Amino acid sequence: MSDTTHDGGLALSPPPSADEGLSASRLADKYGLTVSGARPGLFAYIRQLWGRRHFILAFSRAKLTAQYSQAKLGQLWQVATPLLNALVYFLIFGLILGTRKGMSQEVFIPFLVTGVFVFTFTQNSVMAGVRSISGNLGLVRALHFPRASLPISFSLQQLQQLLFSMIVLIAVAVGFGSYPTLSWLLVVPALGLQFLFNSGLALIMARLGSKTPDLAQLMPFIMRTWMYASGVMFSIPVMLADKPQWIADVLQYNPAAIYMDLVRFALIDGYGSENLPAHVWAVGLAWSLVVGVLGFVYFWKAEERYGRG
Amino acid sequence: MADESSQGHIPTVIADEVHIVYRVNGTRGGKGSATAALSRMVRRGKGEQRGVRKVHAVRGVSFTAYRGQAIGLIGTNGSGKSTLLRAIAGLLPTESGKVYTDGQPSLLGVNAALMSDLTGERNVVLGGLAMGMSREEIRERYQDIVDFSGINEKGDFITLPMRTYSSGMAARLRFSIAAAKNHDVLMIDEALATGDRKFRVRSEERIRELRKEAGTVFLVSHNNTTIRETCDRVLWLEKGELLMDGGTDEVLKAYERETGK
Repeated sequence: MSDTTHDGGLALSPPPSADEGLSASRLADKYGLTVSGARPGLFAYIRQLWGRRHFILAFSRAKLTAQYSQAKLGQLWQVATPLLNALVYFLIFGLILGTRKGMSQEVFIPFLVTGVFVFTFTQNSVMAGVRSISGNLGLVRALHFPRASLPISFSLQQLQQLLFSMIVLIAVAVGFGSYPTLSWLLVVPALGLQFLFNSGLALIMARLGSKTPDLAQLMPFIMRTWMYASGVMFSIPVMLADKPQWIADVLQYNPAAIYMDLVRFALIDGYGSENLPAHVWAVGLAWSLVVGVLGFVYFWKAEERYGRG
Repeated sequence: MADESSQGHIPTVIADEVHIVYRVNGTRGGKGSATAALSRMVRRGKGEQRGVRKVHAVRGVSFTAYRGQAIGLIGTNGSGKSTLLRAIAGLLPTESGKVYTDGQPSLLGVNAALMSDLTGERNVVLGGLAMGMSREEIRERYQDIVDFSGINEKGDFITLPMRTYSSGMAARLRFSIAAAKNHDVLMIDEALATGDRKFRVRSEERIRELRKEAGTVFLVSHNNTTIRETCDRVLWLEKGELLMDGGTDEVLKAYERETGK
């Protein structure tokens, strides 16, 4: 009892009524309590997010695995799905419609497949981003973690999905006569920039989608328009040769077209720098930094409001 | 009084006039048809958001919880108990009013982070990470979690996907994962009602352990015996309002008088 009397004497010396007159906020101040669920500062938020990096990675990998766990072929679908996707586009655009104007077959097929895979990466990140908060309300309302973990985790899942697609892509490139060279290493920074861009976009869409879940219905149409406007299955400068120059410029400098061109340039032998717009790396970097940073700040601004029904 | 014992009156949670409002889309007027939604869009609402119904779940609740208290929350279904807990945990934003807390209160609930398509093994890791445990902590406690859940008592189930578990087994694993972490302010929402008798005894024991480590415990339960055994103070919520706040016996008696008939 000797220590409790000492302790108790301290705690009891101001009688309980001493706190009686204090307002809730004064009382909270006195004992160092903080507002529950308040938004942390931007740098504290980044630190928290970094602290959760293992969760972000584990969550994205879990989602990726769970996707095909009921299928008999299991994880084989990770490769089979992009392969089938590429086959369909080859059949329609390569054989039937023949949109390969200005390109040889050896260049066009890898050109098309690269475009499809790289665009799908952005498309799926955006689609998953829209639903990342509104589709995971249970999680948001049960556990504490920086909410940005979710959209970033979904983008990371798509990046891993893309790495599986790269197996198919490399096979296609080699099959059509583009052999590995040092320039293939440029794929890494190109996809890195695209991942940053996608994450920023997913963060923006996550905040919008948490307020307006209807966006999930609308996005497929917007994404399809974007896909057709980005030259996934045709060369923008060749197709728009007889149109005013500014249209081709706008389409070529849009981020999806930039990242597709960067990867194509890195992988395909016959696709040289004459097909790329000027300052393509600088533009790619600018897009990823601007959208990445803006998206992060925009998402963080509403951190304390996610989870409201 | 219980809190006179050693730690005196150190507040850990202060709720100040807390109001919580849920917004539910697409239920205005009870008409869910496309034409009803369209007409709502055409005649844009004045002031109120169109097509959104508000549910005022918690109305002006104030209380102060002190270190060393175990507080029971009672009330009929839909009275706002779980909602209030989520607001204390900072998971649900308040409409007005504030909740002040000491450190980060945590809700004993990890269910939402688990994926039924993954093996029990991977879910233990995922759930632990979701609760903010480090990878080392999880590695250390992994065996304890599995042993506690008793999943492997009937064969090697931990390496099977969770969707193959019986509902009792899944509930046991979820509780075991959730209870693996220590908390400052701990909130338990009906977690005791899972699993068979043997597991319930074990989990009640674990809850008592967690209480010893935690500063303050909140417990939502419809089982008055559980409340009587574990709590020394009870808040009675009804229709989102705090009806009564006091010693366990006093409040439970009044509650039983009101609902017992």
